[in-house]
Amino acid sequence: MKRKEDIDLIFQPNLVRIERILPQMSDHRLFQLKFVDEDVARAFFHAPGQFVEVTVLGVGEAPISISSPPTRPGIIEICIRKAGSVTSALFELQKGDFIALRGPFGRGFPMDILKGQDLLLVAGGLGMAPLRSLLQAILDDRASYGDLVLMYGARNPDDILFKYELLGLMNRTDIKYLLSVDVDEEGIWRQYIGVVTGLFERVELNPETTFCGLCGPPIMYRFVVQELLKRNIPTERIFVSLERMMQCGVGKCGHCAIGEYYCCTDGPVFKYSEISHIKEAI
Amino acid sequence: MSDKIIKKEELQDFLKALKKAHEVFVPAKEKDFYRFNPLTDENKGDLNFTNTRLSPKSLLFPQSERIFEYTLDEESSDAHIVKESSKDYPSTVIIGIRPCDAKAMRLVDVNFNNPEFKDPWWVKHLESMTFIGLGCNEPCSTCFCTSVGCGPFNEEGLDVLLFDLGENFLARALTPKGEELLKQGGVDKDANSGLKKKADELKIEAENKISSHVPTDKLKEKKVDDLFNAPFWDDIAFACINCGTCTFLCPTCWCFDVQDEITKKQGDRIRNWDSCMFPLFTLHASGHNPRPEKVQRVRQRFMHKLKYYVDKYNNGVACVGCGRCVKSCPVNIDIREVFSLMNDL
Repeated sequence: MKRKEDIDLIFQPNLVRIERILPQMSDHRLFQLKFVDEDVARAFFHAPGQFVEVTVLGVGEAPISISSPPTRPGIIEICIRKAGSVTSALFELQKGDFIALRGPFGRGFPMDILKGQDLLLVAGGLGMAPLRSLLQAILDDRASYGDLVLMYGARNPDDILFKYELLGLMNRTDIKYLLSVDVDEEGIWRQYIGVVTGLFERVELNPETTFCGLCGPPIMYRFVVQELLKRNIPTERIFVSLERMMQCGVGKCGHCAIGEYYCCTDGPVFKYSEISHIKEAI
Repeated sequence: MSDKIIKKEELQDFLKALKKAHEVFVPAKEKDFYRFNPLTDENKGDLNFTNTRLSPKSLLFPQSERIFEYTLDEESSDAHIVKESSKDYPSTVIIGIRPCDAKAMRLVDVNFNNPEFKDPWWVKHLESMTFIGLGCNEPCSTCFCTSVGCGPFNEEGLDVLLFDLGENFLARALTPKGEELLKQGGVDKDANSGLKKKADELKIEAENKISSHVPTDKLKEKKVDDLFNAPFWDDIAFACINCGTCTFLCPTCWCFDVQDEITKKQGDRIRNWDSCMFPLFTLHASGHNPRPEKVQRVRQRFMHKLKYYVDKYNNGVACVGCGRCVKSCPVNIDIREVFSLMNDL
């Protein structure tokens, strides 16, 4: 049961200051945010995969996944693609401006279950935004996990989120980082060209010990899950993060209903076994 | 529980007495339809109605409700601060709410007011309300309340239930709040056993007049997937024009949308009713829409009411059999048929 004061404040947005804006690829930016109220900042704790409701005053509210890991508290990072009214308004703002947050909401990746396991993370496009929270949480506590593989499929060599940060993983021996681009019109790409599933030929997955975390567009799930099933990974060890119009964040407004679930409270991270029977889920 | 008598010619005195301490809403005829309006010198209410066109849910869950406000004026000391809108929750009495609508408020309450979640506005509105229900002597042809755990004289969710006995109302107080209200309204004459008997007979008579029945007994045991993948959804949805009438009339539909509205430098965050029948309901800013087809949306609505709610809250179906959607659907989609199709699959 939740505390009464938490319930009362569930719709109350809290003021945050934009500490820094880091341009990513063309229409994406990473916002670093800090709560103005220190008590609120201290009380904020999230699991990778959870999301916040971001208010731009005068425009509205939108659900955005958290890109920073719980292992680095204090600053909350959200990676924004300019798409709707709220995200477009965010792009008008500058360092020092104020916005407001509610949350964190939803069920993130089950870190207690993932501890000690071999992990395969697969991201497609902007799916890297929530998955980065998981990736950094694992890297910050690397010894607690087994083998780690990250596959990231981007549209083209220009559209790679966290490009330079992730490049640093290429030289590490404790993570296998595989990158693919769908197309390379300029002929500059030295790594894999093709859809992300093509990367599966380059890894050995132990079906007995591997857990998977997936985040990307719906089409990616269909094909990546097929690959995983071919390799006998059980569906209850495949975690997918679903995208829905999660407006209230507390399972009441109805927009994010997926079959019997509400994405905002039962997800957004689901075991594939939980949602594989629902046609509309993916 | 006590049974009192209100003579019909004394009803206005009772209402006037209540009005001294409460806001009072009564059914009133506007053009061809009834709705709940405040009791005034001009509007004395009219209890000769079948039911209001819109359910009284808007009194507890307004169609549009300001929930937060803020200023965009940088000069202001509280610039950027989102503040909860201050609101009065005056003690309010609803006269003549039908038993189906009163039960509907209990069903919605399960969603908005539980150990995990308390909707701040719903809870305060509900706490401020007292419901004086009016049993249905003449249920309408689209009513099927007795099939879904309700009935023309169902007491659930009511503080007082009125039985129309011709010259008198028998007022059955069902809660301490109801007892208190009758006392306040100067109603102190106990009903004799003859009138009580008459009331009980009236109830049975009315129940027997309900001509529509729907099956619900197998919904719980059905598999979600079997219902979801059932062959009948295309047929049910075929004529639907996604107008959303069913969701707005339904006393148990609670989906909402939150929008910010700006007037000069004043910002208001407003909660509005929304409808799962609309294609925009699930549309993402990215362009992805998980339920782009109307058949998906129609299925979602019925599955939510007749299966997901049933499984989640173990509280029966999220339908009270008021028949409003049956009566007002412009293309004659009939939830009673959907009950049969789903239950008997």
